[in-house]
Order: sequence, then structure tokens, then C-alpha cells
Amino acid sequence: MTVDQCDPMMPQRYRVQHVRNEIPDTFTLELEPEDGGDIPPFATGQFNMLYIFGVGEIPISISGDPARRKPLVHTTRAVGTVSRAMRELKPDDVIGVRGPFGSHWPIERAEGKDVVIAAGGIGLAPLRSVMYHVISQREKYGKAVLLYGARTPADILYRRELQLWRTHFDLDVYVTVDRATGSWRGSVGVVTQLISRAPFDPRNTVAMVCGPEIMMRFTAAELEKRGVATEDIYVSMERNMKCAVGLCGHCQYGPNFVCKDGPVFQYSQMKGLLTKWEI
Amino acid sequence: MTKASLQVKDKVIVEYEDFQRLFVALMSKGYQVVGPTIRENAIVYDTLTRVAELPVGYTDEQDGGTYRLKKRDDQALFGYVVGPHSWKKFLHPPVLRLWEARREGKGFELVPEKQEVPKMAFIGVRSCELHAIAIQDKVFMRSGFTDTTYQSRRNNVCIVAVNCGQAGGTCFCTSMHTGPKVEAGFDLALTEVLDPNQGDHKGSPLHYFVVEVGTELGAELLQDIPHREASKDDIQLSENIVANTAEHMGRNMDTTGIKDLLYRNLEHPRWEEVATRCLTCSNCTMVCPTCFCTTVEDVTDLSGEHAERWRKWDSCFTMDFSYIYGGSIRASTKSRYRQWMTHKLASWFDQFGTSGCVGCGRCITWCPVGIDITEEVRAIRESEITPAKTAKEQ
Amino acid sequence: MKTLEPILAEHPFFKGLKPEYLQLVTGCASNVRFDTGVYMFREGEEATRFYLLRQGKVALEVFAAQRGPITIETIEAGEVMGWSWLFPPYQWHLSGRVIEPTRAIALDGTCLRAKGEADHDLGYELMKRVAVIMMDRLQATRIRLLDIYSKSPGGKVSYPSR
Repeated sequence: MTVDQCDPMMPQRYRVQHVRNEIPDTFTLELEPEDGGDIPPFATGQFNMLYIFGVGEIPISISGDPARRKPLVHTTRAVGTVSRAMRELKPDDVIGVRGPFGSHWPIERAEGKDVVIAAGGIGLAPLRSVMYHVISQREKYGKAVLLYGARTPADILYRRELQLWRTHFDLDVYVTVDRATGSWRGSVGVVTQLISRAPFDPRNTVAMVCGPEIMMRFTAAELEKRGVATEDIYVSMERNMKCAVGLCGHCQYGPNFVCKDGPVFQYSQMKGLLTKWEI
Repeated sequence: MTKASLQVKDKVIVEYEDFQRLFVALMSKGYQVVGPTIRENAIVYDTLTRVAELPVGYTDEQDGGTYRLKKRDDQALFGYVVGPHSWKKFLHPPVLRLWEARREGKGFELVPEKQEVPKMAFIGVRSCELHAIAIQDKVFMRSGFTDTTYQSRRNNVCIVAVNCGQAGGTCFCTSMHTGPKVEAGFDLALTEVLDPNQGDHKGSPLHYFVVEVGTELGAELLQDIPHREASKDDIQLSENIVANTAEHMGRNMDTTGIKDLLYRNLEHPRWEEVATRCLTCSNCTMVCPTCFCTTVEDVTDLSGEHAERWRKWDSCFTMDFSYIYGGSIRASTKSRYRQWMTHKLASWFDQFGTSGCVGCGRCITWCPVGIDITEEVRAIRESEITPAKTAKEQ
Repeated sequence: MKTLEPILAEHPFFKGLKPEYLQLVTGCASNVRFDTGVYMFREGEEATRFYLLRQGKVALEVFAAQRGPITIETIEAGEVMGWSWLFPPYQWHLSGRVIEPTRAIALDGTCLRAKGEADHDLGYELMKRVAVIMMDRLQATRIRLLDIYSKSPGGKVSYPSR
């Protein structure tokens, strides 16, 4: 008897519409299905597995607007073989996409509360979708605060959008850099230092944190210090992923499969693991 | 004498001479029979057609890092325990092509893999192995996405189980509540009864099987095999054999509160200690009947026109396993051994509701340096520094 | 005339201070404002005051030859700036340039320091509060040193031998 292979392991073909260089090392892909069909709905915080013919496949968060699904947008850093090959893609090239996979940011739980989005470096990419959502459904949320930390002013991701969001009267956007260069007149300091200055009610807040693991650990701790409950703080974890459907075992973090129990997790669940080495 | 059709739970006697009829019955129903056989001085699982291919008259002596075959003084068909293979080799193929892709203009064409799934009959499945199969059923068929490769093989498998007549040197199924008595999940379950000192009127030694019917398929198979109803004495004898096995386990493991014990002791110095011995060779994960991790490999040919995606068994002991850009999350031996053991004995409960260990002892036998999972648990349990202890010391 | 006492009492830096100490502190406090571009203090100058910023932003700078001023850190509304008044040689370690119009409460550090020497309970209270600020700034600085957004935070990875 014959059987067809697992569907979730079979990529769908997408055509590259545009490749944009954002900041050094970081670029954005805009994709549309090769057959002109629909892009499957995704939730903020989810990811796809992107495949380059003959090179390999990697997990990348979706950074587009879930309400405006075309084109499919992915921002990522060129740090490995596959991502570097991705940066060399040209319009009309075809790649494979599997997904969307994973848990999502708790935008439903955050309704009626203050929303704090704390991003560091490339961590702004998976959180941008949350910002789009909050702006489009602004009346459902209390204060909307974005805290963003980058390495230097030249490394600020989505700079124009950040500047645009700063002009909104009902959004509070704070940007800081670890190291000042040139004529930077903004804040200089680590992103955790922005937390004490930001206007939100810790007892009625949902905070979403994304960035390098060290940044998430310290930021979540600072939020907790400010009075936000650990159940109200969410982080997005990253681990080696091969199948993305919870069967290959690579992405395990303690008892969690980051690809299906995550990548978005409640800090209350992660706190014990985050301080342990090599888990 | 026409026999009334057999029901589930019925117990019959099949003589040793008629055992070949079981092979015939299975093959005539289109099953590929897989069972134990000797290859390169070990008892492995492979396709069989005849009784003679079984390890007749052999037993195995196992201990930490040790496996030897020895001749028995009888002609038992199942006079040994488990070897380096487990049934996962057939249900969860070690190497599998998922699809092919061919370059086409600026893109590529994807060709799904059409698999031929054989209908398999497993002969000689031990109780620990039945539990291991049930554990993998939960991993592949009930935890989210279904692995259709596993499912398609699993749904067509016929299982002829065997109640162990002896315990192995590294066995501890009684500690894990996975045996030695076969309870469920089989089509037929055999207990081999053999006494070279007793004989029947024909002069052959007493050698027969008490066979329990597990499913309708089992009943059907028995229709083509000469059998007679088992008497109360026969049944009692078969139960005594298994009870005796339970008394002779080579190892034991105290599993009281084991999940919390290990979760509490992630920084215990024992992990450093075992890391001085562990070679991260990954033998334990290869022989373990429940380990399921795989990797996905994308390969291209030299022309660059043709790519394939393969799935292969992988092990959490490799450096690559946890690699993300910048380095591996678990780089030290200590972290990798800890990951394997805490996953197997602790996190598995949170993930799948049971322990991941069935007490088969393979990891102990096939570890080149003889690391014993039961000893590691004991060491941590006995040297745990609890708050209660320190309070007493004050 | 309204005094600064209620404002100081509310500020996290002075919260919990005994009423008589708070009065004392208020006696050493004054409202100040600075326009953009003004240097509130320069590296090496005598540190006689410290500030509670109420509004605005100040860049703590160091001057590097051939490069000009480099911003080490920015201090913002609600934060405390300056601890050099409490420790010898009582000189500012960095320069403070106003980058957004700033209103602050200036506190006479020299005066408070003398009072702290005379009354050690007061001295202990001041020391405790300054220590917390230093600890937070040190921790933040350590995180920045890790260069967490770079490709290899903390330096290149080397695998352990075992």
C-alpha cells in the first residue's frame, strides 16, 4: 500500500517580490504565493520555515501585518549559510515556505489593558505585527508603549516606522541605543532602563518582550520589579528547529517544544529555565 | 474436531513442532514477518520466514557495557531478552526521503515521496517493547501533528508478543511497571514452556507455547494453527514462569517522585561526574526504544539541479543538535547527558503523560563505558541536599 | 510660598526619609532650569550639587581627542544625576550637556555631605540611596558591555574541552 508524505514537511512555493536591506546584516523579504493563491492566515508571533533550493531551511518570524497578509513579510539577520543565501535573492526567485507555526502573542488577553512592547535588536521584527494590530484596533487597548533598544543609531530597525509611530498622540515610543555615535540626540542606555520611565499601569498590563535571550531575561526581570505579574509578561524563545511540528525533538527547552508550545511563552513558565545554563 | 471460534482472552496450547505454522499463517495473510535473529553475535530484528532463523537455543548475558551470546542447554525459541534493535526501526524508519525537488527556471518543482508501506508482523515483542510502542504512539499520533509515516506502518502491524521467561542482566521493567507480563496491545501473546527433563510419550522434550488471544486477528491466525484449549494448570504454569522472571530483574530504579527529583537537581554535581565518563557516542539514543528525535537534511547533487529532503534519526548527544547561530545551546557533555536523562525520566511526563523509560536496559548494555541510568538516579536521590537536611544540621 | 518639600517627599530617591531629614534636605534644594546645549557641569569641575530631573534629558559625555564629545549615557525625567559630591575628590567624572530643555531640583551636595558627617543616621540614609542608583547604573552598563545585539554577545564562542 502507498502513502503520501507528511504535508507539514512539504513547502509551498513563493515568489520573491522584493528584498530590502534594512540595517547592516538585516534584510526584509516580501513574498507572494507562486500560484497567485491566498496566503494562509497567521497570528502575530508565529513563524514560517523558509527553504532555499539546494541550501537549506530556517525558521523566521513573520513581521508583516496579519490583517494585510499580502505580501508575506519576513525580516531576518544574515548570520548563517541559509540566511546569507536569502539575502542574495532577487525578485522573481522562488523559495519554499512551510507554516505558519507556533504560539502567538497574547493580543486577545491584552484587550482592555495597557500594552508594553519591549524589543531589542532584531526582536522588533516579530513584534512589529503586534504594533500594527494595536494601531488598527486602538480602542481595544489602554496605553500602548513601545520600548526599543538597539546597538547603535545605525542599527535601529524600521526607523521610519518608529518615527511615524512616535508622531501618534496615543502611542508612547521610546528608543535607546547601547552606544551613541554621530549626532544622536536620543537616549543612550540599555533598554531595561526605559522601563522605569514608561507610562503604564503594571497591575493592568500585558508585556511582550523579544530580543536576544540575555535582553529578554533582564527586561522581564525589570518589568517584574516594576510590578508586572510574571503571568502578564511574554517572551519569544528561539531554538534549533528542523521539523517545526513538534516531532523531531530539536527545539526542546525543558519540557517545552519551542516550535509548538512556543515560541511565545509566558515568563512565569520560563523564569525557572532562563536562569539555568545550557538547558 | 471442529473447534468453536476463539474469543479474545482465550488461552490455547500450541506445540513447538507447530510453531512454523504461525509463520505460514502470517505470510499467507500478506504479512512480512519480522523477528529476532542472530547477526554478528547479537540478536537483532530482521525479516524471517522460518522458525530455524530464530535464535533457537541461545541466550544473552548483559551487563553495563557488555553483551554476549551463549548457547543454552535447550532449544528455546525466545530464551533471551532484548538486543540492540527495537521495533522503532520498523515503525519509525531510521532513514527516510521526504521529497525531491528539481530546479525549474527561477524556481523548482517538488515531487512528494510515494512510499510503499509493508504490512508487518512482529514476532517476539516483549512487554517493555509493547509499552515503548505505546509511548511512541503518543509521541507520533497524539501530541499535535500526526506523523503519517509512523501511523501508516503502525496501523497495519500485527503483534505476536512474548512473555519473558528470564530477566536480563540490565532489565528493570518491574521498576517501570512495564512488565514482564504482557498485558495489552497484542494480537497474540505467547509464553514458552520448555522442560528438557520432562518429555511426552513420543520422546520429545516438553516444549510448547501457552498462547493468549488478544484480538480477532489473533483468533483468525490461530484457526490455521493446530492448538488445544489450555488447562488451568497450563495457565498457572505460564503465569509462574512470568512471575519468576519478575523476581530476577538485573537492575531496579526507585521512581518515587522522580520527575520532581530530577527537576530539583538540575545543578547536582553528579551531572559533572557522569560527564567525565560519557563519550556522547549516542549509542543509548540509538538503542532506546522510545527515543524519537530526527533531523532533516537537505541535500543537492553536484549539478545543483536536483535536491532532496531526507529525515534521519538524530541524537541529543550531538553538538549540532542544539545549534543556533552563535553556537550550541548545549555544548558541554554534562548538559547533553542531563538533557537525555531528564527528558527520558522527567520532562516526558509533562510532554506525554508517562515516563519515557520502559526499563529495557538497552542503554546500560550498549553504553561503551557502562553508564547505568538506574545508578545515576540512585546517586542523585541519595546525595540530594534537601532543605530538611540542612535544617537538621544546624 | 510653596516649598519643594512635598515634591521631594514623593520622589523615590527621598521616599521613607524621616520628616526632620526631609526638612533638612528641602533646605538644601532649589528649582533650576537649563536650555538645550548648556553644560550643567564639566568633567573635573568641583561637584557641589546633584540633581533630580523633573523634565528633559541630559547627556553624560566624555571628551575624546580628535572625536569630540561621546555620549556615555542619557539621564532622563525622574532620574537622579550625580554622586561625585559624596565621594572624594568631589569632582565630576563626566560632563553633563542638556539635550532637551531640562527642569530639575538641584541639591546642595556639599551641605548635605557635611550634615551626613555630623549625623551618621542621615549619612547612612543618603549612602543607601546613592548606592542603589550606582548599582542600577552599573548593572545596566554591564549589560551594554555584553554587546547583546552583536553576532556573538560577550565575545566569540569557544567550545569547552569536555
